[in-house]
Amino acid sequence: MRDASGHSESPGLDEVAGGSWISNWLDSRTGYRALVRSALYERVPGGARWRYVWGSTLVFAFMTQVITGLVLWASYSASAQTAWESVYYIQYEMTGGWLLRGLHHVMAQAMVVLLALHVMQVVIDGAYRAPREVNFWLGLVLMMLVLGMALTGYLLPWDQKGYWATRVATNLAGLVPLVGPSIQQLVVGGPDYGHHTLTRFFALHAGFLPATLVIFLVLHLTLFRKHGLHAKQPITKPDAMFWPDQVLKDAVAMLAVMAVVLGVILMPALRAILAGEPIVPGHLGAELGAPADPSEPYAAARPEWYFLFLFQFLKVFEGWGATGEFLGAIVVPGATLGIMFLMPIFGQWKLGHRFNIVFTIAILAGAGLLTAMALHEDYYALWADRSAFADVEKLIESTGGDDEKIFAALGHDKEKLNVFTNRREKLEAIRRSEAFLAAVKQAARDSSRAVELAGRPEKIPSTGALSLVRSDPLSQGPKLFAQHCQSCHAHIDPTAENAEEVFAKSSAANLFEFGRESWVRGLLDPKRVGGAAYFGNTAHKEGDMVSFVCEDFTDEDEWKQDDKEAVIFTLVAESGLLQGTGKKGTGRKKVIKRGQGLIADTDRCGSCHPYRDNETELGYAPDLNGWGSEEWLVGIITDPTHQRFYPDTNDRMPRFGVASEGGLQALSNKQIKLVSQWLRGSWYRPAVHSQASSVRDHP
Amino acid sequence: MTEQLSEDSAEQETRRRSFLAGVVAVLCGGLATLPPVVAAVWAFLDPLQRSSGAATFLPLTDLTNVPADGQPRQFPVIADRVDAWTGYQAEPIGAVYVKRDEGTERVEVLSATCPHAGCFVELDNAAGCFRCPCHNSSFTLDGGIVAPSPSPRSMDSLECEVSKAGAVSVKWQNFYTGIEDKVARK
Ligand code: FES
Repeated sequence: MRDASGHSESPGLDEVAGGSWISNWLDSRTGYRALVRSALYERVPGGARWRYVWGSTLVFAFMTQVITGLVLWASYSASAQTAWESVYYIQYEMTGGWLLRGLHHVMAQAMVVLLALHVMQVVIDGAYRAPREVNFWLGLVLMMLVLGMALTGYLLPWDQKGYWATRVATNLAGLVPLVGPSIQQLVVGGPDYGHHTLTRFFALHAGFLPATLVIFLVLHLTLFRKHGLHAKQPITKPDAMFWPDQVLKDAVAMLAVMAVVLGVILMPALRAILAGEPIVPGHLGAELGAPADPSEPYAAARPEWYFLFLFQFLKVFEGWGATGEFLGAIVVPGATLGIMFLMPIFGQWKLGHRFNIVFTIAILAGAGLLTAMALHEDYYALWADRSAFADVEKLIESTGGDDEKIFAALGHDKEKLNVFTNRREKLEAIRRSEAFLAAVKQAARDSSRAVELAGRPEKIPSTGALSLVRSDPLSQGPKLFAQHCQSCHAHIDPTAENAEEVFAKSSAANLFEFGRESWVRGLLDPKRVGGAAYFGNTAHKEGDMVSFVCEDFTDEDEWKQDDKEAVIFTLVAESGLLQGTGKKGTGRKKVIKRGQGLIADTDRCGSCHPYRDNETELGYAPDLNGWGSEEWLVGIITDPTHQRFYPDTNDRMPRFGVASEGGLQALSNKQIKLVSQWLRGSWYRPAVHSQASSVRDHP
Repeated sequence: MTEQLSEDSAEQETRRRSFLAGVVAVLCGGLATLPPVVAAVWAFLDPLQRSSGAATFLPLTDLTNVPADGQPRQFPVIADRVDAWTGYQAEPIGAVYVKRDEGTERVEVLSATCPHAGCFVELDNAAGCFRCPCHNSSFTLDGGIVAPSPSPRSMDSLECEVSKAGAVSVKWQNFYTGIEDKVARK
């Protein structure tokens, strides 16, 4: 058997299968042998080459997406209350779910890379020239479809990352003149993001786009077969057959792609093994952020890395307003695509072909550069040394950032001012990067906490994981505290390095471990009670409590060491935060009984504080019944001027739970409860810490 | 003659190399396709790993709520339920008929799930029997089969307990339908 090129035909599948009666029967009914032959015995002019593999690897990647995507589909639920939850289930609870999702996620990224390589090869080899123009255009359509699938897929887990990136993308679509707002509303499925955004994105991602892609892929491959492979010129080697020579190269390339994809998925496992840590399958493959929350700012929002260049490109037009965004997000990318569509026409001339090559390389290089710039900006603080800008920071602080004053401070020296402005910009860049890195860290914490909560034995309530996160003291407490309490109160471990610095800046007590033994010991320590961590920066600095601790409480005739210990122990017991302090059972009861007597004693604590049945009136000093308990904390945060707390001597603390007429409470009752629970450290902790939860108790 | 030979062996060599190339190509391609297929099958078979857990006794009602005249009454079975990622607290997860032997404290509990194909068996008070609306299986008030019946067995009775204080609880279980033997689902 010899074909036109004089090569002997290689052994084909029919030979392997032998002329068995089954294959004969099947062939007579279907003619499959001819089909297989025509599929495999395509002539490759100049022989098989590595540069031809990209198209095949793309088809392979697409098939991987179809296989993994279909099974993901079988477990995914597209709604605002179930999308994150079902993806959580796939990733953390389903057997092999992490691998399935990891493959889908990483292969999607591989596909973008393969696309770039394929386009580059076609343009450089001039494979778009007559008669293959139409096929080039089909290829460009395929490229847009793949990018569209990448974009729509990013939203489906409905986590913070996908949610905010998609908001930006859809808002940009709204910039198109005239029809923009309608397009946006159609894509989003209404005026706001929710169930229908997900159902629509899912229909696009798993239905409309892949179906269209298959149609275009069939056309693309048909035309490819019709015109044959465009050989790289000049041809130096003899022709070969598609099977097995080119197929071998294609298959090796596919295997390499898969190896890289698996490598990316399994890398964290390898790292864990090397570090001697347990491997958590849920942490492999694609990550899952915290559930999407429109009320929760997300400063770590970035598109997927292959769209990062567009993100960065938009910054070029910063300051141009909506026109700039329209230019950057729509006109320039649109024009680029337009030029690409015209490439086969330009390519008719030698110069045009050169232009195409230069253009393609320039676009890819530009995209690469923009990506690098974006990454550089985001991660700048990792290598930039902020301390080198201490003088700049100081000058800005001392002048309040006022340009005139700065100029004066620099001795009205233009040169110096230039240098200063330059360094100031660098400092700003470091700060921005620090903020981004902090946001990324916070996002990781939020995500692992959400996963931890979803893994509780009670599972996720039908209201969704977001409601779990929103009612979690550990997730909400620090944020509420930072917003409402931190301007006065510190919350920092007194042994921390910068603790004193923080205390000095605060105007109320440090609430770290409030109600616990360490806090009570500090309160009753004459050296500390008047310090900045307790009453030092408040109106109570010279109050009765401070003088009591410094004078009476230190009087060893009046207060024996055992008595002091009993009071401390009892106060902590009152807050319900006693931890294994050694005393157990009856011993514990005895100490508490003694402490209670001492506290209630109207010659001691009870002379000011109402406690048990000592009949001291409310209003002079805080009620010590249930001191530090959740109920007590809720009470004082709600209204510190309540009879139980400081009706006359409240020092600047707002009444968070009391609304002025017709107004709203500064904090809702639910929020007050969350802050109280957080301060007391009462939140859900998984029984087994093997889940490798990275959430620390005191973030 | 020798020329012919060397040409033959050259051709043989090409064929041999082609064959090898083909084998390696198929191997590589197969290996590359393996991960997605394995992941897909692995994840797809996940439901086989799930079980509804061991049957437990669930509180049902108070003895006083069960008619003393031997007439069955329907009660919902309330329990916490997990549906994949969602946890429901104290939800109706099924229904049973509870019947007290006339004048005694002996209680019998019948599952309302039809042993034929799982429809909800209804109590036909007028006719004094149970009836399944799907394929018309009838059962006596004791749950016994009324021939001819599509149902292969009588209604499934469930283990139950009555506490001293009169609280009735039931061991909630599902059984395979359509077979003669009463086999509990895992
Ligand atoms: S399911 Fe009850 S008769 Fe068929």
